[in-house]
Amino acid sequence: MVPTVIRSRPSTSADVNRRAMTAAPLSPDRSVPFTRAGTLLRFAARRDRRRLVIWVLALAGITVYATTALGAVYPTAADRQARAAVMQTPAGILFSGPGYGTRDYTLGAMIANELGLSVMIAIAIMSIQTVVRHTRAEEEDGGAELLLAGSVGRRAPLVTALGLTALADVAVAVVVTAGLAGAGLALVDSAALALGWALTGVVFGGVAAVTAQLFEQARGATGAALAVLGVAVVARGVGDVLRPGGGPLSWLSPIAWAQQTRPYVDLRWTPLLLSVALIAVLVAAAHRLSRHRDLGAGLLVPRRGPATASPLLAGPASLLARLQRDTVIGWTIALFILGATFGSLTDAVISMVANNRQLARVFALTGASITDSFTAAVTVELGLCAAAFAVASILRVRSEESAGRVELMLAAPVHRRRLLGSGVAVTASASVLLLVAAGLGEGFAAAAVSGDAGLVGRYLVATLVHVPAVLVILGVAALLVGAVPRFAPLAWLVVVWALVAGMFGQLLGLPGWALKLSPFGWTPKVPAEHVNVLVQAGLVVVAALLIAAALAGFRARDVPA
Amino acid sequence: MTTPSAVEIRGLTKSFGDVRALDGLDLSVARGEVAGFLGPNGAGKSTTIRVLLGLLRADGGTVRLLGGDPWADAVELHRRLAYVPGEVTLWPTLTGGEVIDLLGRLHGGLDAARRAVLLERFELDPTKKVRTYSKGNRQKVALVAALAADVELLVLDEPTAGLDPLMEEVFTECIREAKAAGTAVLLSSHILAEVEKLCDTVTIIRNGRTVEAGTLESMRHLTRTTVTAVTSADPAVLAGLPGVHDFAADGHRATFLVDAEALAAVTGRLSSLGLTSLVCAPPSLEQLFLQHYGDRLPAPEQVDPGLPRGDHTSRMRRTRGDHGLMATSSSHSSSSGQSQRAGDGPDGDPITPEHVG
Ligand SMILES: Nc1ncnc2c1ncn2[C@@H]1O[C@H](COP(=O)(O)OP(=O)(O)OP(=O)(O)O)[C@@H](O)[C@H]1O
Ligand SMILES: [Mg+2]
Repeated sequence: MVPTVIRSRPSTSADVNRRAMTAAPLSPDRSVPFTRAGTLLRFAARRDRRRLVIWVLALAGITVYATTALGAVYPTAADRQARAAVMQTPAGILFSGPGYGTRDYTLGAMIANELGLSVMIAIAIMSIQTVVRHTRAEEEDGGAELLLAGSVGRRAPLVTALGLTALADVAVAVVVTAGLAGAGLALVDSAALALGWALTGVVFGGVAAVTAQLFEQARGATGAALAVLGVAVVARGVGDVLRPGGGPLSWLSPIAWAQQTRPYVDLRWTPLLLSVALIAVLVAAAHRLSRHRDLGAGLLVPRRGPATASPLLAGPASLLARLQRDTVIGWTIALFILGATFGSLTDAVISMVANNRQLARVFALTGASITDSFTAAVTVELGLCAAAFAVASILRVRSEESAGRVELMLAAPVHRRRLLGSGVAVTASASVLLLVAAGLGEGFAAAAVSGDAGLVGRYLVATLVHVPAVLVILGVAALLVGAVPRFAPLAWLVVVWALVAGMFGQLLGLPGWALKLSPFGWTPKVPAEHVNVLVQAGLVVVAALLIAAALAGFRARDVPA
Repeated sequence: MTTPSAVEIRGLTKSFGDVRALDGLDLSVARGEVAGFLGPNGAGKSTTIRVLLGLLRADGGTVRLLGGDPWADAVELHRRLAYVPGEVTLWPTLTGGEVIDLLGRLHGGLDAARRAVLLERFELDPTKKVRTYSKGNRQKVALVAALAADVELLVLDEPTAGLDPLMEEVFTECIREAKAAGTAVLLSSHILAEVEKLCDTVTIIRNGRTVEAGTLESMRHLTRTTVTAVTSADPAVLAGLPGVHDFAADGHRATFLVDAEALAAVTGRLSSLGLTSLVCAPPSLEQLFLQHYGDRLPAPEQVDPGLPRGDHTSRMRRTRGDHGLMATSSSHSSSSGQSQRAGDGPDGDPITPEHVG
């Protein structure tokens, strides 16, 4: 998709009429575009009931569980202070918060600092999905046309989507506040923390409301909003590493605003005004944009295309590659930048540890070099990104099936093994490409700041060492798609588990076997540890078995199922 | 050795959970023949076609496609057929031309000249993205892709849904040409005029079971002719004759239906009454259709919004007397050998010749 031209609709007589009407006193127009938003909201809430309840309870449950678990894992102030030292390392800051309260690391400060980022990312994803589901996705499959042809106001779906999202976010805030206060933390600080998280969710709901106007496809709208989320996460992390407690770069990120309320340490509410202001701007922008486009159309208009297919487009593999092209390009750029961001911190890491005796002691204990530990920690995140891509990419085969397009291919002389096999091959190649991009980004940036060209190869190896783990996750997802497609989305659980185990395994003191449930739990922490060929080969064998089972399952079942 | 028929299905069953979608379905399509495949919504047409394409696995019965097993030999068989699905969804970000080429290449290449001619005839712009096509134009993309392929069998599931009358005409010509070239066609459709125009044989299914199969001619033979006559004598006596149904008289003007077998006897009697005017309307496929669609087995899911209420109820009334007809026709079919009936009466009684009485 190459959206280029911005379509500005010429002013029609209807527009003129509308303007004349808005100018009139007691204009009915103010309410007309929103007619029946209330009914629509109730309907949408009913439809999303189960989904949202699961999200809200899961988010609240994780918070409450973490609170209790942390109390058990870090019972004394000394335990918590040791943890605080880890959290002041660059990797610690990158994956948590600005580090308020690390001097006297109470349970509350720990929750706010270490849990906030992940919960906010999750709330943001929930909000983005909800908004896109009820706006662009609805338009895409024609449901909105039915509604709008009825007596529903033209902009009611947008209001509904944002309203439902805000309700869900507030629900998270209420349940989290109750949970934290129930666990014995200060009520006002808990409320501020939870409200900050919820407002961040609404901010990204607003971002999705804007992207939903720009893109014609739900996939594009979601992807663009997620990209904004990614930038916000990285900006906060880098800003905080560059200046402890938050620098100018951090303050550009909505994620930082919630963290800057400093709950349980030195509470202030003012940063949340930034969130509220941005929400107002985004909602207004979305409404403005929606006035300038037709139902079903985006503001970015796609051009015509070629009358004949390029010789490259000749089979299921090239088709899947073509369908994923833009997505893969986007992910590759994103991972290159993310890798480069991590790599460019190498220098900052060294000087930071050099200036901090306590930190120096932490690293001296582990025996590995400072930069190597840091690199190992951040490259796991790059591997997790590649795993997330792999799952999304192989699930595309399932959505192609649901849309009836797999049927079209299988009715041609295309073996089922070839079809799903192509999906797996395209996904695996693209995942490796992403890891190469991430590793090169990291290596080039590190080489540039340190002047050591040898780091390129070293960092590339550190990133590519995650390929077998990514393949195992791909294998699990492929097996679900091939054999039990109804449960295919469960593949995300594996990614979520790998993320939880990778990020919180140590924090929550999870047992070893639980960490080993994630394929990333088996991968050595290169370059702080050595590459273990046996483990790598084992993971590849597991992946191969999973993929073979996936192909056999796909061969034996009904399509569509 | 004769070449096996294009499609041969016997006693096919297929269930989705508790839903029994196909329940002993029979269907055959001879080589080079255009076979109509009819039935109310949810009757099981698309399911049958998916089994034929090896997409769904049959639960029971035998299915042969071009002499092979559609499940085990799918890839080999698909080289020799082309398919237009009932609900055409294509890749929204590709252009129509790209989709046609892609599907053609999956088949092992397509004839560029034939592609160009078809694009021209269907007035299709191949440079537009699929997302921006109207429903009818998306349908045309699938049709051009299927018709451009050089195959022995075309499997078309409601291929003209969404086409305008002009394009339907183009489609009709294309199918006639395909038939002339020796291609067999399985055509599922709700458009009776199209089936009447194109098809050599017709199979009507309902609730996953074949209720009528044979040539259109033989089926016409099974249904009643509508007679409107004006006689000088009182026509009321005709009402009592065997084979006369739905008799209505308005003075000397009588309108009624006559079974094919009784036609000779009834016309003889008409002339003895002093015939002054006579109009005989041959049974249309629509009548045949309504007879099978209207007289439904109790199945809550089978609601056909396409059927006008009035027709539906009048059919229900008429089917009361149909019992005799069905019995007659079943004995008839065994003698003619051209047509067969696999249906039950409305109350599930097996049909036996004794009912003729
Ligand atoms: N994947 C499925 N799961 C469950 N039930 C199904 C599935 N596919 C079809 N059915 C059921 O099987 C029956 C036959 O459906 P089918 O699509 O074959 O009907 P059809 O004759 O093609 O109807 P139409 O004229 O509306 O296209 C219906 O009752 C339908 O609900
Ligand atoms: Mg159908």
